[in-house]
Amino acid sequence: MAKVKGEIVVNTERCKGCELCVPICKEKTIAMSPGLNSKGYHYATSTNEDCNGCTNCAIVCPDGAISVYRVRLD
Amino acid sequence: MKDIRLMKGNEAIAEGVIRAGCDGYFGYPITPQSEVLEYLMATNTEKRTGMVTLQAESEIASIHMVYGGAGAGKRVMTSSSSPGISLMQEGISFMAGTELPCLLLNVVRGGPGLGTIQPSQSDYFQAVKGGGHGDYKMIVLAPASVQEMYDFAKLGFELAFKHRIQVMVLSDGAIGQMMEKVELDEQLPRLTDEEIVKKYPWATTGKTPDRPRNIITSLDLNPVKQEIININLQKKFKHIEETEVRFERIECDDAEYLFVAYGSSARVCQKAVQLGRARGIKVGLLRPITLFPYPVEEVAKLAKQVKGMLAIEMSAGQMVEDVRLAVNGVVPVAHYGRLGGILPAPDEVIHELEKNFINK
Amino acid sequence: MDHILTRDEVTVPENLVYSRTCLLTDNALSYCPGCGHGTAHRLIMETIEEMGLQADTIGVAPVGCSVLAYDFMDIDMQQAAHGRAPAVATGIKRLYPHKTVFTYQGDGDLAAIGTGETLHACNRGENIAIFFVNNGIYGMTGGQMAPTTLPGMKTATSPFGRDTASMGFPLKMTELIAQLPGTYYVTRQAVHTPAAVRKTKKAVEKAFQYQKLNKGLCFVEIVSNCNSGWKMTPLESNKWMEENMFPYFPLGDIKLPKP
Repeated sequence: MAKVKGEIVVNTERCKGCELCVPICKEKTIAMSPGLNSKGYHYATSTNEDCNGCTNCAIVCPDGAISVYRVRLD
Repeated sequence: MKDIRLMKGNEAIAEGVIRAGCDGYFGYPITPQSEVLEYLMATNTEKRTGMVTLQAESEIASIHMVYGGAGAGKRVMTSSSSPGISLMQEGISFMAGTELPCLLLNVVRGGPGLGTIQPSQSDYFQAVKGGGHGDYKMIVLAPASVQEMYDFAKLGFELAFKHRIQVMVLSDGAIGQMMEKVELDEQLPRLTDEEIVKKYPWATTGKTPDRPRNIITSLDLNPVKQEIININLQKKFKHIEETEVRFERIECDDAEYLFVAYGSSARVCQKAVQLGRARGIKVGLLRPITLFPYPVEEVAKLAKQVKGMLAIEMSAGQMVEDVRLAVNGVVPVAHYGRLGGILPAPDEVIHELEKNFINK
Repeated sequence: MDHILTRDEVTVPENLVYSRTCLLTDNALSYCPGCGHGTAHRLIMETIEEMGLQADTIGVAPVGCSVLAYDFMDIDMQQAAHGRAPAVATGIKRLYPHKTVFTYQGDGDLAAIGTGETLHACNRGENIAIFFVNNGIYGMTGGQMAPTTLPGMKTATSPFGRDTASMGFPLKMTELIAQLPGTYYVTRQAVHTPAAVRKTKKAVEKAFQYQKLNKGLCFVEIVSNCNSGWKMTPLESNKWMEENMFPYFPLGDIKLPKP
């Protein structure tokens, strides 16, 4: 597979800390932040550079809090 | 050439809604008003004007089909009789809360419970004081003839959309089943979808880019907002009380006594007035046509003129309370009513007047 | 190794491959963290966006957790009395046959008080879509037993577990209505894994596409979790759902249009 680089952007206010995205990510990129959002939830955050932009985390997110970016590295 | 026919009351209002440009009827069979649905099906409204006629699985489903159609800006109607109208109360309350215009017909039969199929007027409170939950009113029209059953179709839709309110035609088994001469007028065109979008911008016709989405809901979990909604509803009802009262005065100008009666009871009282006058009793009849808004001022005015009033209703006495409220103790107000679906006879009624007021 | 892209270099608009549909409003969803309602809402609105149906679609919300669906779905909607959404939708669709009309209902709304309306809308073959979120409990009112509550399942009104002898069996509404000739496409899906979400998205697309054919009612059940009602974390509830709900409510197409 052509090398790709992915990134996720989490809307930290929309995230409710349900953690559904965490085990979905095969690259173990996502973890819950130590910090809290204004509603008192730990929010999902990207913790490594291995994201390949597969969008699985985004599509299981009940609150649609995750945007996914992907670029091919030729 | 006038279009005059001999029709049953139930058939007359069915023809009336077709000619009033009705878009949809959703109903369920129940004696004594199944002819409404039968007539609409037999005349094939789809072919005549494109109007939808659908028999639902229950009165509950019917009223919520009306809710859906009304929320989308269409002229819609349902009809039933007492037990069925009881089933519709939640739906009516929802339409009150969402200010949805529609036409409802109750061909009242004797209650309570399964009751009987003969005529009655024992649903007055339910119609006028609000049979569902919450503070709300409907405009209630009381036909006393088959012609009025026909006329109140168009009038009902006009009032419903003018005020965004539910309009109930409160008829009874006699008027629904009797046949009389009816003069029909021209066919009004149904509104096109485009006309509805323009005339009723609140309707759920599909969110186009030029406007925010429309929501038909009676829910507001914020009591401050819900109070404002209620206050605005009450303002509307007050405006209707000031502008939409309708009644008929029969031989009241020189009356010393007064019958107050609507619908079938008013027909009986017309004869009783003649019998009374023949015996030298100057009695007149006030016939409320709108039960909400009730003709309070007219009753109060007549209370200054007459020595006593007799409310005649086919019930244990419901409208009589509104008469007493309007009279406010100025003169005595009595009530006479047959129950269980029995129509009083004219001589019975005039005898009651004499008993209560004349040879006391 | 050439230059490693920084985060900012990657997250530029042209690299965006997934984001929240604009047909969901900005209102924060009222659902509990991890609840499947949010995912179901998103899939329906994504589909309406992709099919360009916003101006032609009218939705009907129920009474239950999704009673406020119209706060989240940026389309014209009506809020129906508990259980009556299929009747409300019938009224709308009959009077606007060219519009797309759907109901969004929970298990109490559709399979308890609204059983009659559900069966008869299906039996009449109304050309509407019904999206039925089945989480086996009454969420909004605080976790009471629903028609689809499993045998032995503890709820606020079956605190010692649903006793089938006195409280009956979970009602398989989807299999029931699949028997009716009026239904055209009937399927049961879930939204707890990426694969399940993709299948549900397809089902929603089919439901809206088939509606245009006027061949009858399209019914999509979505078996979902209820974290607060089941008193579990979102992850635990999805696991419990797979182990307990799916055996009783097996996923998959139940009725497909004949080719």
